Amino acid sequence: MRTVGDELRAHPFFTGLSEDCMQLIAGCGEHVVFRSGATIATEGSAANEFYVIERGRVALRLHTSAAGAILIQTLDAGDILGWSWLFPPFRWSIEAIAMQDVHAIRLDGKCLRHKCDTDPVMGYALMQRFSYIMSQRVEATRLQVLDLYGSANGP
Amino acid sequence: MKDPLLPQGVEIQSWQQESELVFTFQVEPPEGYGTFRAGQFNMLYLPGIGESAISISGDPADRNHLTHTVRAVGTVTRALRGLRPPARIGLRGPFGRGWPLAAAEGRELLLMAGGIGLAPLRPVLFQALAAPERYRRVTLLLGARSPEELLYAEQLLRWKSDAGLQLLATVDAASAEWRGDVGVITDLVQRAGINPQQTVAMVCGPEIMLRFSARRLRELGVASDAIHVSLERHMQCATGFCGHCQLGPYFLCKDGPVFAYPDVEHYLMTQEF
Repeated sequence: MRTVGDELRAHPFFTGLSEDCMQLIAGCGEHVVFRSGATIATEGSAANEFYVIERGRVALRLHTSAAGAILIQTLDAGDILGWSWLFPPFRWSIEAIAMQDVHAIRLDGKCLRHKCDTDPVMGYALMQRFSYIMSQRVEATRLQVLDLYGSANGP
Repeated sequence: MKDPLLPQGVEIQSWQQESELVFTFQVEPPEGYGTFRAGQFNMLYLPGIGESAISISGDPADRNHLTHTVRAVGTVTRALRGLRPPARIGLRGPFGRGWPLAAAEGRELLLMAGGIGLAPLRPVLFQALAAPERYRRVTLLLGARSPEELLYAEQLLRWKSDAGLQLLATVDAASAEWRGDVGVITDLVQRAGINPQQTVAMVCGPEIMLRFSARRLRELGVASDAIHVSLERHMQCATGFCGHCQLGPYFLCKDGPVFAYPDVEHYLMTQEF
């Protein structure tokens, strides 16, 4: 059976990290399963973890008074869920729901924050990786906000 | 084609609503029309209203019908939406350079379509899925504003189940009941599991989508000259005389609308072009 460390070492997100880092990170991880429909995170709740999704699909939702729950992004196998554990006030900024049975590795953010504080090289390496994900999400959000396919002009 | 500047009268044979603003209709091909290549367009003419360049969205092997899928967002297209069989319109064509399907033979064919951009790529699907042995794999990545605006959904699902099409679709936003993907089309590229060195990509949609898609494809290792895009500009004569659709040294109606991405990248990145 593959360990958490094996799974993480094979994931592109962790490529390039030293074996020491990987051992530290893997020591903060555990396999978890969310059944379809389960709530993984609620908006405003304490964010002390992030997830590496191994199987299944996760819905990221925001609630509005006018339209109820709006599905704004889905994450699938290979995606990383959650970065709020990195920044004060360490609160989830979005709701995450399992759309199918979700198998993931849960990484303890409190544990990792402490290790990042004491090992700035690892902290910087993780911050770089999360910054890349955030930049990708910002780019995607720009495209969504532009409403590319909804242009009202034409011949 | 007879006189390329003279529309011929054709009869609308069928009409179908695709989404709130998008509809598909078929006309009889005019006398002497011949065949069209995937990616080409016709000029559709409504007397007293105007003329518009509309991609051909049907099967190139179908000699009895010309199919057009239209988004009603302008004077001509809104008027077209009001027509039903057996109304008559003017048609001239086909015009333009189509998709380079031959370049994809023996390789992976990756189509990326955003919104109404699927219409000019559907003829590619008809052709490629009629001869799937010519390609290592055929993949369609599809982006739309909402689940309700995903075009040709039933047909695409049939092609996925019966013809081996790899189909990944995403929408910009959806209600909580939607079980599919939500996000942008560029995120689908990675999930498609393509072999970048073997891939020929054909991309059609809004120009910003073309730029971001090309960038993502290149990041993954797809060669620039294996990326082809279809551009849209206001076309008037469709024969390269009037210059309305000029982009740098090109007339889109004659030199395009399909281009190898490196040929037009500079102009897509330049303001005011």
